[in-house]
Amino acid sequence: MTDAAPAPPRSVLVLGGLSAIARAAAELHAAEGARLVLAGRGKDRLEEVAADLRLRGASAVETVDLDLAACDPEREAPRLVAACGGTVDVVLLAYGMLGDQLRAETDVDHALAVIDVNFRSAAVWCLVFARRLEAQGAGTLAVIGSVAGDRGRRSNHVYGAAKGGLGLLVQGIAHRLAGTGARAVLIKPGLVDTPMTRGFSKGGPLWSSPERVAAAIHAATRSGPAVVHAPAFWRWIMLVIRNLPDAVMHRTKL
Amino acid sequence: MTGSAAETAPVMETATSWGRTERVVALTLHPVFASELVDRPGAGAMRRLPVGLRRSYGTTVLPEDEVVLDLTGLDRLVAFDPETRILKAGAGLSLDRLMRWSVPRGLFPATVPGTRFVTLGGAVANDVHGKNHASAGSFGRAVTGFTLLRSDRGVVRVDRETEPELFAATVGGLGLTGVILDVSLRLVPISSSDLMVETVPFGDFADFLALSEESLGRFEHSVAWVDCTARGARLGRGLFERADRAETGGLVPHDPGRGVPVPFDAPSMAMSRAAVSAFNRAHYARGRRKAGRVRTPYAAFFHPLDGLRDWNRLYGRNGFRQYQCVVPNEAAEAVAVMLDVVSGSDQGSFLAVLKRFGPIPGEGMLSFPMPGVTLALDFRNDGASTLALLDRLDAIVREARGRLYPAKDGRMSPAMFRAGYPALEDFTRRVDPLCGSRFWRRMTA
Ligand SMILES: Cc1cc2nc3c(=O)[nH]c(=O)nc-3n(C[C@H](O)[C@H](O)[C@H](O)COP(=O)(O)OP(=O)(O)OC[C@H]3O[C@@H](n4cnc5c(N)ncnc54)[C@H](O)[C@@H]3O)c2cc1C
Ligand SMILES: NC(=O)c1ccc[n+]([C@@H]2O[C@H](COP(=O)([O-])OP(=O)(O)OC[C@H]3O[C@@H](n4cnc5c(N)ncnc54)[C@H](OP(=O)(O)O)[C@@H]3O)[C@@H](O)[C@H]2O)c1
Repeated sequence: MTDAAPAPPRSVLVLGGLSAIARAAAELHAAEGARLVLAGRGKDRLEEVAADLRLRGASAVETVDLDLAACDPEREAPRLVAACGGTVDVVLLAYGMLGDQLRAETDVDHALAVIDVNFRSAAVWCLVFARRLEAQGAGTLAVIGSVAGDRGRRSNHVYGAAKGGLGLLVQGIAHRLAGTGARAVLIKPGLVDTPMTRGFSKGGPLWSSPERVAAAIHAATRSGPAVVHAPAFWRWIMLVIRNLPDAVMHRTKL
Repeated sequence: MTGSAAETAPVMETATSWGRTERVVALTLHPVFASELVDRPGAGAMRRLPVGLRRSYGTTVLPEDEVVLDLTGLDRLVAFDPETRILKAGAGLSLDRLMRWSVPRGLFPATVPGTRFVTLGGAVANDVHGKNHASAGSFGRAVTGFTLLRSDRGVVRVDRETEPELFAATVGGLGLTGVILDVSLRLVPISSSDLMVETVPFGDFADFLALSEESLGRFEHSVAWVDCTARGARLGRGLFERADRAETGGLVPHDPGRGVPVPFDAPSMAMSRAAVSAFNRAHYARGRRKAGRVRTPYAAFFHPLDGLRDWNRLYGRNGFRQYQCVVPNEAAEAVAVMLDVVSGSDQGSFLAVLKRFGPIPGEGMLSFPMPGVTLALDFRNDGASTLALLDRLDAIVREARGRLYPAKDGRMSPAMFRAGYPALEDFTRRVDPLCGSRFWRRMTA
């Protein structure tokens, strides 16, 4: 970053290009002139986001209509990489699904859907792109986890387990990639005001904007530790929550 | 199945407007894409009220029995033509985000209201005005067209030329003529993001009139703050700010920070008479010391209050009312009478702002601006005594053949509304049969 010549624009693949957090992150990449590929469900919606990103400075934006939890990442990866221009500098895995905890407790299919979206399919994408970045000897795999994965809680433990599992995987990939030139990073947001949390009562100091989380993601794609909280203060909150004795935890409704 | 896209469930939410005098629990939809509204099964029969960032103070953004459509998710840029400088963007795009994009590119909205946390849809539906009304007119003037979702006609492209009536009804149309999905807006070029601002103290209302007369045509922007607590000979004293764009000095967008939050409702005492008085005296004294032209970043000049997030909570739990009227130049003296009434009452106004509107007529049937002097006052909501004071002001405005600004209103009578807006009947014919609001229910009851 001390070179006088400006860094060439990066190519960024967003898995879940319609997510509010991903879009805010893509905006930051676009402002740097990045080349973006947005994968998600719905061509028209993706194209609307793409048009916005082009006006914000992206050198190119392509969209790929894909159900990321119901396709074969191994098969899809080559065309996604091709859309990126042959090499991928950043893979941002952003798609996810909160689901309904109470429903997941009785409806096995719903519980499986939550696990499928947030863990099973995401894990496969991570493994496929870890191999790709390892071979490139460069690039960053950035994955959005969640503070929900830091401790199992009554209010969201199916989603939390999936995100927690994904987090362990990404942490392991980061370890594996160390020294290869490629890296992996897990970003764990706290409470973010996005469509995912629609209907929650928002406001107050714990809620963040997608822009704020996106800034942390954007920074993490450059450098930093393998696991970060976004915003950073969640690290301290989760430290406390993880260390609450069961006797105390079980009296809360968290 | 992994859960399907493109359907958003409505949620129950407590809605309030900027003045926070009323709270309404209502079913609310937060679409992110227009297709969620257009292709929505059952949407055909749903009564609706479109809203933006709810920076309107009163009941125009509160539903009666309507589903609230919060359009802030439709905030993407759609297209930009550098030749014509016309930007097409989602109706939910805020001026805050728009300017963060446009300022580094040397572009600015033709006019901006006193807060940048307003959406394009809201700015159109109130035909908002800025400090440059005399040269730029109001917001609708720079709008070349928009897409409207009507319950009776579906998606309609409304251009000034092709749909002149629907255009004129929707600009200033209070969200009653359909849902604006996107807006096409002509931006103006700027060579610096700074303004050169001059502050001139004035001793009384006659001085204000003289100053604003003299500044017309000489300065692009002007606004005045009045000390509402001064009485007698000092009545109407204040500070006159006038400004032009700097010619050099870089294109620096404002800080994206949302400002310092007011985390809780202040005890209503914070806005006591003594506090208001002290603020006004100190503000006046500070202004007197600032002489000459001062280079000022645009945000500090246009949006001084945006640095304090949720400042409306300073008025406490009962909220506050804003009162904004305009009276024609011939009857400008009516403003001095109103200031007299306010300073004689025990309800100091924290913020009192005077502006001179120029001759450019509003494009909308219900556009608020007309040539004359506009006065905006904030009052802590003390219930009946506040309402009684506002009724007294109404009588003065009516006598002067002026009008009130619906964006700020939560209490005017239907008669007052009719008196101020002669095109009301024409407008009413173009209201979408399924659109409504608390304000509209009251006006048509
Ligand atoms: C600090 C402050 C300063 C202000 N200064 C000024 C000023 O200088 N000049 C001025 O003119 N106003 C001023 N205002 C008022 C403000 O500019 C207007 O109320 C503006 O319309 C608010 O925009 P919004 O996005 O918050 O819309 P809202 O308040 O949410 O809605 C405003 C109106 O627009 C309609 N509407 C919103 N979105 C749509 C849509 N997509 N389709 C159809 N209808 C829609 C609503 O139904 C409502 O009638 C100020 C307000 C504040 C809080
Ligand atoms: N919001 C928070 O408070 C919060 C907190 C911690 C972590 N997170 C995580 O942050 C990430 C982004 O979420 P967000 O807050 O930005 O919410 P969001 O806007 O709702 O984004 C989630 C996105 O995931 C997409 N998606 C889900 N399943 C998919 C599938 N099978 N194929 C393709 N796309 C799919 C959704 O697309 P559709 O529109 O097609 O459904 C949606 O665009 C998620 O991983 C989430 O778990 C969020």
